[in-house]
Amino acid sequence: MKKLNLLLLIAFSAFQFSFIVDQPTGYKVGDMAKDFKLKNIDGKLMSFTNFPDAKGFIVIFTCNHCPFSQAYEQRIINLHKKYNPKGYPVIAINPNDKDREPEDSYQNMQKRAKEKKYPFVYLYDETQLTAKEYGAARTPHIYIIKKTAKGNVVEYIGSIDDNFEEPEQVKQKYAEDALNALLAEKPISTTSTKAIGCTIKWKK
Amino acid sequence: MKKNLFIVLLLSYTFGLQAQQIHFIKSSFISQIKNNKNDTIYVINFWATWCKPCVEELPYFEQLNKKYSTKNVKVLLVSNDFKKQIDSRLKPFIKSKNIKSEVLFMNETNPNEWIDKVESKWSGAIPATLIICGKKNFSFFKEGEITFDELDNTIKPLLKN
Repeated sequence: MKKLNLLLLIAFSAFQFSFIVDQPTGYKVGDMAKDFKLKNIDGKLMSFTNFPDAKGFIVIFTCNHCPFSQAYEQRIINLHKKYNPKGYPVIAINPNDKDREPEDSYQNMQKRAKEKKYPFVYLYDETQLTAKEYGAARTPHIYIIKKTAKGNVVEYIGSIDDNFEEPEQVKQKYAEDALNALLAEKPISTTSTKAIGCTIKWKK
Repeated sequence: MKKNLFIVLLLSYTFGLQAQQIHFIKSSFISQIKNNKNDTIYVINFWATWCKPCVEELPYFEQLNKKYSTKNVKVLLVSNDFKKQIDSRLKPFIKSKNIKSEVLFMNETNPNEWIDKVESKWSGAIPATLIICGKKNFSFFKEGEITFDELDNTIKPLLKN
Protein backbone atom coordinates (compact mmCIF):
# COMPACT_ATOMS: atom_id res chain seq x y z
CA MET A 1 0.00 0.00 0.00
CA LYS A 2 2.79 2.35 1.00
CA LYS A 3 4.55 1.49 -2.23
CA LEU A 4 1.45 2.38 -4.20
CA ASN A 5 1.26 5.77 -2.48
CA LEU A 6 4.87 6.38 -3.28
CA LEU A 7 4.29 5.46 -6.90
CA LEU A 8 1.31 7.78 -7.08
CA LEU A 9 3.36 10.55 -5.56
CA ILE A 10 6.08 10.07 -8.15
CA ALA A 11 3.50 9.98 -10.93
CA PHE A 12 1.98 13.24 -9.72
CA SER A 13 5.34 14.93 -9.32
CA ALA A 14 6.21 14.03 -12.88
CA PHE A 15 2.98 15.73 -13.81
CA GLN A 16 4.03 19.10 -12.45
CA PHE A 17 2.61 22.11 -14.17
CA SER A 18 3.78 25.60 -13.69
CA PHE A 19 2.79 28.66 -15.66
CA ILE A 20 4.20 32.12 -15.40
CA VAL A 21 2.58 34.64 -17.69
CA ASP A 22 3.87 38.04 -18.71
CA GLN A 23 7.03 37.91 -16.67
CA PRO A 24 8.68 41.27 -17.16
CA THR A 25 12.29 41.32 -18.18
CA GLY A 26 14.64 44.23 -17.65
CA TYR A 27 17.71 45.25 -15.73
CA LYS A 28 19.36 43.18 -13.08
CA VAL A 29 21.84 44.52 -10.55
CA GLY A 30 25.18 44.88 -12.32
CA ASP A 31 23.66 45.72 -15.74
CA MET A 32 24.50 48.92 -17.59
CA ALA A 33 21.61 51.39 -17.61
CA LYS A 34 20.83 53.00 -20.94
CA ASP A 35 20.48 56.77 -21.03
CA PHE A 36 17.17 58.30 -22.06
CA LYS A 37 15.83 61.60 -23.37
CA LEU A 38 12.57 62.39 -21.65
CA LYS A 39 10.55 65.56 -21.25
CA ASN A 40 10.73 67.21 -17.84
CA ILE A 41 7.76 69.11 -16.37
CA ASP A 42 9.51 72.35 -17.43
CA GLY A 43 9.38 71.23 -21.07
CA LYS A 44 13.11 70.48 -21.39
CA LEU A 45 14.42 67.12 -22.54
CA MET A 46 16.55 65.50 -19.84
CA SER A 47 19.06 62.67 -19.76
CA PHE A 48 21.92 61.50 -17.51
CA THR A 49 24.21 63.87 -19.42
CA ASN A 50 22.36 66.84 -17.90
CA PHE A 51 23.96 65.95 -14.57
CA PRO A 52 27.70 66.17 -15.32
CA ASP A 53 28.66 66.47 -11.64
CA ALA A 54 26.54 63.60 -10.37
CA LYS A 55 28.18 60.45 -9.00
CA GLY A 56 25.07 58.54 -9.88
CA PHE A 57 21.28 58.67 -9.92
CA ILE A 58 18.22 57.58 -7.99
CA VAL A 59 15.83 56.75 -10.83
CA ILE A 60 12.30 56.31 -9.50
CA PHE A 61 9.39 55.16 -11.64
CA THR A 62 6.44 56.80 -9.93
CA CYS A 63 3.25 58.65 -10.79
CA ASN A 64 0.52 60.94 -9.49
CA HIS A 65 -2.44 58.65 -8.93
CA CYS A 66 -0.99 55.57 -7.19
CA PRO A 67 -1.61 55.55 -3.42
CA PHE A 68 1.72 53.78 -2.91
CA SER A 69 3.56 56.51 -4.82
CA GLN A 70 1.68 59.05 -2.73
CA ALA A 71 2.60 57.21 0.47
CA TYR A 72 6.25 57.46 -0.57
CA GLU A 73 6.12 60.99 -2.02
CA GLN A 74 7.55 62.80 1.01
CA ARG A 75 10.19 60.10 1.41
CA ILE A 76 11.23 60.61 -2.24
CA ILE A 77 11.53 64.36 -1.64
CA ASN A 78 13.63 63.68 1.49
CA LEU A 79 15.82 61.25 -0.39
CA HIS A 80 16.62 63.90 -2.99
CA LYS A 81 17.27 66.59 -0.37
CA LYS A 82 19.65 64.28 1.48
CA TYR A 83 21.51 62.68 -1.43
CA ASN A 84 21.49 65.31 -4.20
CA PRO A 85 24.17 67.32 -2.33
CA LYS A 86 26.17 64.08 -2.08
CA GLY A 87 26.01 63.50 -5.83
CA TYR A 88 22.91 61.30 -6.16
CA PRO A 89 19.90 63.28 -7.43
CA VAL A 90 16.44 61.75 -7.76
CA ILE A 91 15.17 61.42 -11.33
CA ALA A 92 11.44 60.69 -11.11
CA ILE A 93 9.83 59.17 -14.20
CA ASN A 94 6.10 58.72 -14.80
CA PRO A 95 5.60 55.79 -17.20
CA ASN A 96 1.80 55.56 -17.11
CA ASP A 97 -0.45 55.82 -20.14
CA LYS A 98 -2.55 58.98 -19.75
CA ASP A 99 -5.47 57.42 -21.60
CA ARG A 100 -5.72 54.64 -19.05
CA GLU A 101 -5.00 56.93 -16.10
CA PRO A 102 -5.85 60.56 -16.87
CA GLU A 103 -4.55 61.62 -13.46
CA ASP A 104 -1.06 60.77 -14.74
CA SER A 105 -1.13 63.11 -17.75
CA TYR A 106 1.75 65.52 -18.39
CA GLN A 107 -0.38 68.48 -17.29
CA ASN A 108 -1.28 66.71 -14.05
CA MET A 109 2.39 65.88 -13.47
CA GLN A 110 3.17 69.59 -13.72
CA LYS A 111 0.34 70.35 -11.31
CA ARG A 112 1.36 67.74 -8.75
CA ALA A 113 5.05 68.71 -8.86
CA LYS A 114 4.12 72.35 -8.27
CA GLU A 115 1.70 71.57 -5.45
CA LYS A 116 4.12 69.28 -3.65
CA LYS A 117 7.16 71.41 -4.52
CA TYR A 118 9.17 68.60 -6.08
CA PRO A 119 12.86 69.53 -5.79
CA PHE A 120 13.79 66.94 -8.44
CA VAL A 121 13.12 66.51 -12.15
CA TYR A 122 9.88 64.71 -13.01
CA LEU A 123 10.03 63.18 -16.48
CA TYR A 124 7.29 61.83 -18.71
CA ASP A 125 8.00 58.45 -20.34
CA GLU A 126 5.30 58.85 -22.95
CA THR A 127 6.45 55.98 -25.17
CA GLN A 128 6.97 53.76 -22.09
CA LEU A 129 10.20 52.54 -23.70
CA THR A 130 12.37 53.59 -20.75
CA ALA A 131 10.17 51.75 -18.23
CA LYS A 132 10.25 48.68 -20.51
CA GLU A 133 14.03 48.89 -20.97
CA TYR A 134 14.54 49.10 -17.19
CA GLY A 135 11.96 46.40 -16.48
CA ALA A 136 9.93 48.59 -14.16
CA ALA A 137 6.85 46.70 -13.03
CA ARG A 138 5.18 48.95 -10.51
CA THR A 139 5.08 52.42 -9.02
CA PRO A 140 7.11 53.28 -7.07
CA HIS A 141 10.01 51.18 -8.38
CA ILE A 142 13.50 52.48 -7.75
CA TYR A 143 16.86 51.96 -9.47
CA ILE A 144 20.05 53.29 -7.93
CA ILE A 145 22.66 53.83 -10.61
CA LYS A 146 26.37 54.56 -10.24
CA LYS A 147 28.38 56.45 -12.83
CA THR A 148 31.57 54.61 -13.71
CA ALA A 149 34.21 54.87 -16.43
CA LYS A 150 32.50 51.92 -18.16
CA GLY A 151 29.02 53.37 -17.96
CA ASN A 152 26.03 53.72 -15.67
CA VAL A 153 25.87 50.60 -13.52
CA VAL A 154 22.62 49.48 -11.83
CA GLU A 155 23.54 48.95 -8.18
CA TYR A 156 20.18 48.55 -6.46
CA ILE A 157 16.62 47.74 -7.60
CA GLY A 158 13.51 47.74 -5.48
CA SER A 159 11.81 49.54 -2.66
CA ILE A 160 12.75 52.63 -0.64
CA ASP A 161 12.23 50.91 2.71
CA ASP A 162 10.35 48.10 4.43
CA ASN A 163 7.17 49.88 5.54
CA PHE A 164 4.97 51.76 3.08
CA GLU A 165 2.21 52.60 5.50
CA GLU A 166 4.02 53.87 8.56
CA PRO A 167 7.23 55.81 7.81
CA GLU A 168 7.93 56.03 11.54
CA GLN A 169 7.89 52.23 11.83
CA VAL A 170 10.54 51.70 9.14
CA LYS A 171 13.24 49.29 10.25
CA GLN A 172 15.23 48.90 7.06
CA LYS A 173 15.95 51.88 4.82
CA TYR A 174 17.02 49.83 1.81
CA ALA A 175 17.63 52.77 -0.57
CA GLU A 176 19.54 54.86 1.96
CA ASP A 177 21.62 51.85 3.01
CA ALA A 178 22.54 51.25 -0.63
CA LEU A 179 23.40 54.93 -1.21
CA ASN A 180 25.48 55.12 1.98
CA ALA A 181 27.38 52.01 0.93
CA LEU A 182 28.03 53.48 -2.54
CA LEU A 183 29.25 56.76 -1.05
CA ALA A 184 31.51 54.88 1.35
CA GLU A 185 32.69 52.65 -1.52
CA LYS A 186 31.56 49.57 0.33
CA PRO A 187 29.52 46.64 -0.98
CA ILE A 188 25.72 47.02 -0.76
CA SER A 189 24.29 44.41 1.61
CA THR A 190 20.79 44.19 0.05
CA THR A 191 20.87 44.88 -3.69
CA SER A 192 17.26 44.12 -4.56
CA THR A 193 13.97 44.14 -2.73
CA LYS A 194 10.29 43.65 -3.51
CA ALA A 195 7.33 45.83 -2.64
CA ILE A 196 3.62 46.10 -3.23
CA GLY A 197 2.78 48.77 -5.77
CA CYS A 198 0.48 49.78 -8.60
CA THR A 199 1.05 48.05 -11.91
CA ILE A 200 2.34 50.35 -14.61
CA LYS A 201 -0.56 51.35 -16.84
CA TRP A 202 0.74 50.08 -20.18
CA LYS A 203 -0.83 51.33 -23.39
CA LYS A 204 -3.46 48.99 -24.78
CA MET B 1 -2.27 17.32 14.06
CA LYS B 2 -1.14 20.53 12.46
CA LYS B 3 -2.58 19.30 9.19
CA ASN B 4 -5.97 18.62 10.79
CA LEU B 5 -5.99 22.07 12.26
CA PHE B 6 -5.31 23.49 8.83
CA ILE B 7 -8.16 21.50 7.27
CA VAL B 8 -10.53 22.64 10.02
CA LEU B 9 -9.38 26.19 9.42
CA LEU B 10 -9.97 25.86 5.70
CA LEU B 11 -13.38 24.29 6.22
CA SER B 12 -14.39 27.07 8.55
CA TYR B 13 -13.24 29.50 5.91
CA THR B 14 -15.20 27.62 3.28
CA PHE B 15 -18.51 27.12 5.06
CA GLY B 16 -18.50 29.37 8.05
CA LEU B 17 -18.97 32.66 6.35
CA GLN B 18 -22.45 33.77 5.64
CA ALA B 19 -21.96 37.40 6.50
CA GLN B 20 -18.80 38.80 4.95
CA GLN B 21 -16.02 39.11 7.50
CA ILE B 22 -12.44 39.94 6.80
CA HIS B 23 -10.00 37.40 8.15
CA PHE B 24 -6.43 38.48 8.72
CA ILE B 25 -3.84 36.17 7.23
CA LYS B 26 -0.07 35.90 7.12
CA SER B 27 1.86 34.87 4.02
CA SER B 28 2.18 31.37 5.53
CA PHE B 29 -1.55 30.91 4.84
CA ILE B 30 -0.79 31.06 1.11
CA SER B 31 2.30 28.85 1.36
CA GLN B 32 0.20 26.24 3.18
CA ILE B 33 -2.31 26.27 0.33
CA LYS B 34 0.59 25.87 -2.10
CA ASN B 35 1.84 22.84 -0.19
CA ASN B 36 -1.50 21.12 0.25
CA LYS B 37 -2.39 18.05 -1.79
CA ASN B 38 -6.19 18.31 -1.73
CA ASP B 39 -8.33 18.63 -4.84
CA THR B 40 -9.66 22.12 -4.20
CA ILE B 41 -8.80 24.66 -6.87
CA TYR B 42 -7.76 27.88 -5.16
CA VAL B 43 -8.11 31.10 -7.13
CA ILE B 44 -6.24 33.73 -5.12
CA ASN B 45 -6.36 37.34 -6.23
CA PHE B 46 -4.15 40.04 -4.68
CA TRP B 47 -5.91 43.38 -4.85
CA ALA B 48 -6.77 46.61 -3.05
CA THR B 49 -9.70 49.02 -3.13
CA TRP B 50 -7.34 51.82 -4.24
CA CYS B 51 -6.10 49.81 -7.23
CA LYS B 52 -8.24 50.68 -10.24
CA PRO B 53 -7.44 47.67 -12.49
CA CYS B 54 -7.99 45.41 -9.46
CA VAL B 55 -11.43 46.82 -8.84
CA GLU B 56 -12.27 46.57 -12.55
CA GLU B 57 -11.51 42.84 -12.64
CA LEU B 58 -13.20 41.90 -9.35
CA PRO B 59 -16.47 41.09 -11.19
CA TYR B 60 -14.62 38.29 -13.05
CA PHE B 61 -13.69 36.65 -9.76
CA GLU B 62 -17.23 37.08 -8.51
CA GLN B 63 -18.55 35.55 -11.72
CA LEU B 64 -16.13 32.63 -11.32
CA ASN B 65 -17.14 32.15 -7.72
CA LYS B 66 -20.78 31.97 -8.77
CA LYS B 67 -20.20 29.72 -11.79
CA TYR B 68 -18.30 27.13 -9.76
CA SER B 69 -20.20 27.43 -6.49
CA THR B 70 -21.06 23.71 -6.57
CA LYS B 71 -17.52 22.67 -7.53
CA ASN B 72 -14.33 22.43 -5.56
CA VAL B 73 -13.29 25.95 -6.48
CA LYS B 74 -12.40 28.47 -3.80
CA VAL B 75 -12.02 32.13 -4.69
CA LEU B 76 -9.99 34.15 -2.18
CA LEU B 77 -9.62 37.91 -2.54
CA VAL B 78 -6.53 38.93 -0.59
CA SER B 79 -6.64 42.64 0.15
CA ASN B 80 -3.47 44.71 0.28
CA ASP B 81 -5.26 47.83 1.43
CA PHE B 82 -3.71 50.16 3.94
CA LYS B 83 -4.34 48.77 7.40
CA LYS B 84 -5.68 52.07 8.65
CA GLN B 85 -8.30 52.02 5.87
CA ILE B 86 -9.88 48.64 6.67
CA ASP B 87 -12.84 50.18 8.47
CA SER B 88 -13.04 53.40 6.53
CA ARG B 89 -12.58 51.97 3.04
CA LEU B 90 -12.30 48.19 2.67
CA LYS B 91 -15.36 47.16 4.69
CA PRO B 92 -17.71 49.75 3.13
CA PHE B 93 -16.43 48.75 -0.33
CA ILE B 94 -17.21 45.05 0.22
CA LYS B 95 -20.64 45.95 1.50
CA SER B 96 -21.54 48.39 -1.24
CA LYS B 97 -20.31 46.08 -4.04
CA ASN B 98 -21.96 43.13 -2.31
CA ILE B 99 -18.83 40.98 -2.70
CA LYS B 100 -19.65 37.31 -2.24
CA SER B 101 -16.19 35.79 -2.63
CA GLU B 102 -14.19 35.54 0.53
CA VAL B 103 -12.07 38.57 1.39
CA LEU B 104 -8.87 38.15 3.39
CA PHE B 105 -6.46 40.81 4.60
CA MET B 106 -2.71 40.34 4.24
CA ASN B 107 -1.59 41.32 7.71
CA GLU B 108 2.12 41.61 7.05
CA THR B 109 4.47 44.59 7.24
CA ASN B 110 7.62 44.09 5.20
CA PRO B 111 6.62 43.22 1.60
CA ASN B 112 10.22 42.34 0.77
CA GLU B 113 9.92 39.40 3.15
CA TRP B 114 6.46 38.07 2.39
CA ILE B 115 6.09 38.56 -1.40
CA ASP B 116 8.67 35.88 -2.19
CA LYS B 117 6.99 33.43 0.17
CA VAL B 118 3.74 33.85 -1.75
CA GLU B 119 5.30 33.69 -5.24
CA SER B 120 8.95 34.13 -6.15
CA LYS B 121 8.06 35.36 -9.66
CA TRP B 122 5.93 38.21 -8.30
CA SER B 123 7.39 41.75 -8.32
CA GLY B 124 4.71 42.96 -5.92
CA ALA B 125 2.61 44.87 -8.42
CA ILE B 126 -1.12 44.35 -8.09
CA PRO B 127 -3.38 42.95 -9.37
CA ALA B 128 -1.79 39.51 -9.31
CA THR B 129 -3.48 36.13 -9.45
CA LEU B 130 -2.45 32.70 -8.25
CA ILE B 131 -4.33 29.52 -9.14
CA ILE B 132 -3.42 26.37 -7.25
CA CYS B 133 -4.60 22.79 -7.31
CA GLY B 134 -2.43 20.80 -4.92
CA LYS B 135 -3.71 17.38 -5.93
CA LYS B 136 -2.72 17.99 -9.54
CA ASN B 137 0.51 19.79 -8.65
CA PHE B 138 -0.85 22.69 -10.62
CA SER B 139 0.16 26.28 -10.16
CA PHE B 140 -0.54 29.32 -12.34
CA PHE B 141 0.64 32.86 -11.66
CA LYS B 142 -0.05 36.11 -13.44
CA GLU B 143 1.03 39.60 -12.50
CA GLY B 144 -1.23 42.27 -13.94
CA GLU B 145 -4.78 42.24 -15.20
CA ILE B 146 -6.60 39.03 -16.04
CA THR B 147 -9.80 38.32 -17.96
CA PHE B 148 -12.69 36.04 -17.09
CA ASP B 149 -11.82 33.77 -20.01
CA GLU B 150 -8.23 33.42 -18.83
CA LEU B 151 -9.45 32.41 -15.40
CA ASP B 152 -12.14 30.10 -16.73
CA ASN B 153 -9.87 28.43 -19.29
CA THR B 154 -7.27 27.79 -16.62
CA ILE B 155 -9.77 26.19 -14.27
CA LYS B 156 -11.82 24.10 -16.74
CA PRO B 157 -9.16 21.43 -17.47
CA LEU B 158 -8.51 21.07 -13.75
CA LEU B 159 -12.11 20.08 -13.11
CA LYS B 160 -11.84 17.10 -15.47
CA ASN B 161 -10.68 13.88 -13.86
